[in-house]
Amino acid sequence: MSMEKIIVRELNLWYGEKQALEDVNMQIRENRVTALIGPSGCGKSTFIRCLNRMNDRIEGVRITGKVEIDGKNIYDKDVDVVALRKRIGMLFQKPNPFPMSIYDNVAYGPRIHGTGDKKKLREIVEDGIRGAALWDEVSDRLETNALDLSGGQQQRLCIARTLAVKPEIILFDEPCSALDPIATGKIEELIHDLKREYTIVIVTHNMQQAARVSDYTGYFLLGEMIEFGKTKKLFENPHKKETEDYITGRFG
Amino acid sequence: MITANTADRLLKILLWASAFAIILVLFSIMGYVFLMGAGVMNLEFIFTTAKNNWKEGGIITAIEGTLIVVSIAVLFAAPIGIGAAIYLAEFTREGKTTKIIRLAADSLNAIPSIVFGLFGLTLFIHYLKDYTGGASLLSAGLTLSFMILPTIMRTSEVSIRTVPLQEKMGSYALGATKLQTVKNIVIPGALPGIFTGIILSLGRAAGETAPIVFMTALNPITPSSIFRGGNALTTTLYYLTSEGISINRAFGIALTLILIVLTLNYSARFVNNYLTRNQRR
Amino acid sequence: MIGKKQFNAEAIAKRTLFLFAITGALILFLIVVFIFKEGLPIFNQINPVDFMLGGEWSPSKDVYGALPFIAATILITAGALMIAVPLGISCSVFLAEIAPKWARELVRPAIELLAGIPSIVYGLFALVVIVNTIEVSFDVPTGESILAGSLILAIMILPIIISISQDSIEAVPRAYKEGSYAMGATDTQTITRIVIPTATPGIVAGIILGMGRAIGETMAVVLVLGNVEKIPTNLLDQGEALTSVILLEMGEAAVGSPHYNALFALSMILFMIVFSLSSISNHIIAKRGLRPG
Repeated sequence: MSMEKIIVRELNLWYGEKQALEDVNMQIRENRVTALIGPSGCGKSTFIRCLNRMNDRIEGVRITGKVEIDGKNIYDKDVDVVALRKRIGMLFQKPNPFPMSIYDNVAYGPRIHGTGDKKKLREIVEDGIRGAALWDEVSDRLETNALDLSGGQQQRLCIARTLAVKPEIILFDEPCSALDPIATGKIEELIHDLKREYTIVIVTHNMQQAARVSDYTGYFLLGEMIEFGKTKKLFENPHKKETEDYITGRFG
Repeated sequence: MITANTADRLLKILLWASAFAIILVLFSIMGYVFLMGAGVMNLEFIFTTAKNNWKEGGIITAIEGTLIVVSIAVLFAAPIGIGAAIYLAEFTREGKTTKIIRLAADSLNAIPSIVFGLFGLTLFIHYLKDYTGGASLLSAGLTLSFMILPTIMRTSEVSIRTVPLQEKMGSYALGATKLQTVKNIVIPGALPGIFTGIILSLGRAAGETAPIVFMTALNPITPSSIFRGGNALTTTLYYLTSEGISINRAFGIALTLILIVLTLNYSARFVNNYLTRNQRR
Repeated sequence: MIGKKQFNAEAIAKRTLFLFAITGALILFLIVVFIFKEGLPIFNQINPVDFMLGGEWSPSKDVYGALPFIAATILITAGALMIAVPLGISCSVFLAEIAPKWARELVRPAIELLAGIPSIVYGLFALVVIVNTIEVSFDVPTGESILAGSLILAIMILPIIISISQDSIEAVPRAYKEGSYAMGATDTQTITRIVIPTATPGIVAGIILGMGRAIGETMAVVLVLGNVEKIPTNLLDQGEALTSVILLEMGEAAVGSPHYNALFALSMILFMIVFSLSSISNHIIAKRGLRPG
């Protein structure tokens, strides 16, 4: 039985006057994959961005409630957001490598966090790229521009970049929505491997994907979390009518 | 009766003619300046000092003066303009303050060049004489820096805003601070555009006359210090023309100026393409 | 693990950059203060109305009437607009609506180049070519005239009028044009009844901006007007523009003298006109989301 890594209590979020999240409670377990599903606009992406305070950067956003990581509320006043984001990596819908070499992309994080030693840096970069199952494909061309990689490779490069910062938690915000099925398969495999060392939260619009990769699933609708539980149970025997409707395709 | 068809044809002829007229005007101005300028253009004209009240010798002192003045202008305006652009694009939200900053920049851009000349005259020659040396290359450069500041500000801001949001988000998600993101992602990404803006304003500064006419000397002076006086191409051209000293030599200077502006415009395009291609955004 | 906030560096950077950002506003403020401080004292000895409407300007007699200069500036600007507006609009319609790719790629750089030519070079060209042509074709003693000033200013403000009008015409929604064509309208009808009317605010903004440029232009004008201090009455008359007086007389006016103050007062007038024009056109441009000139 694993520990709770993240505990969300009574989380509310407003964009100006519009409430986008309503009283969300959730317990996310360490070294497990938690998937968040629901129709578009249901608040699942907004929610995942609360976990590393990415929403801070958006104008007019107001948040109440708590998000506790290892028991510490990340919305407390004394929290250093930058240090927080170091602990929580994030992947986005569209792969977003920086316009620099493959090596520099992965070295970006360690460099800004003060790793100056060339040998050490090289090790971190290699570990990151290996961890993202990309090493065999790029080890001979680390100095080429990252934008030359295919979409799937770019997304794995972004994962490598995240691993190089040595986070504890990795958030995936629809990481495969811009990828083809083969690239998607590789990322899913990777997520499966990564959970041994990391706690993973993934937002997806693809129910099969949630069923394939996750241990726990939360179903969001109109800013509320309707149901949360073990993936197998939620898909095979949902408690709530709304969940069943969505899963069986009668909704959305 | 004019049928719809004839009207269409007439209109099209008119539109083509207007474009043709503009090309014709450009070619006749350029052609005339090249033709007249080529008559006096040679190595001596470019590389020697003028003698006999500019009637003999060359214009090297004016070329040097212009280069120095323009460099001073960019050295002052570029850091301020780029800094201002970074502030507007990354460090603040649209509101009253940004509105005032933008309004001021737009207004500065519209102020007639002769008014800048008057302002420079009062500020640098009368009030700050002890620091600028009065009518000096420094005073001329600073006056021009005020003129090109709005352009550098705007072109820099535009190119900073083209840096994709995802790249910035990627950097923040790795735990980068705002300063690290601006330094490592935003500025490198915006560099081609910023460079282009700077090169274009170099050209504009080199072509200005009225702002520096009170600050440059009439007789040829080899620049020795930025706190001393000197010549500039434009003001020398004005002197030669208005005093009727030598129209032919004035055209030689005009050709030199046009060549400078052309070179800068093309190198701006080249630098932009080159840097952008290297980034492959 | 989650440490204390340490955003000091960011706060310092933000404050520094803010200082850079307000430098432009500060310079504008200083310019206003300086020219008003040096210009206003002239109104102690002459009232503003007499200054603006007085027909004689003789610093040696301490008489300052700016009407001849104001009149000359208005005339050359009006003349320039009469030539540049139709030409500019039709060229921007050409570029935005009917030009094939090769023609656009020829005309656009040409217009950029026109915008890049230094004003003193325009002045030299106008003095030698335009002034002489006028002299010969109208058989007058000198071609230095309002007409020569208008012609060269027209060429100089064409680029700004064209670039803003073109943006504005290109911003006309395709649906409007298609709607017009679908009802059987011809090109001419669509351009004159749909495209130009819809783009009018932007075109007006371009014209106003061009007008501001023309009023503030110094070097080209000073070489071709003849610089005679009388009120011009026809196109072939000589005259002296506001900018020219400042340029020509500032060197000889003693600092702090009434003559000096009067010249600054002229620049106050110039500043206020140009500032209002640029505010109006920037307002239009910002409202319509066009690229500023």
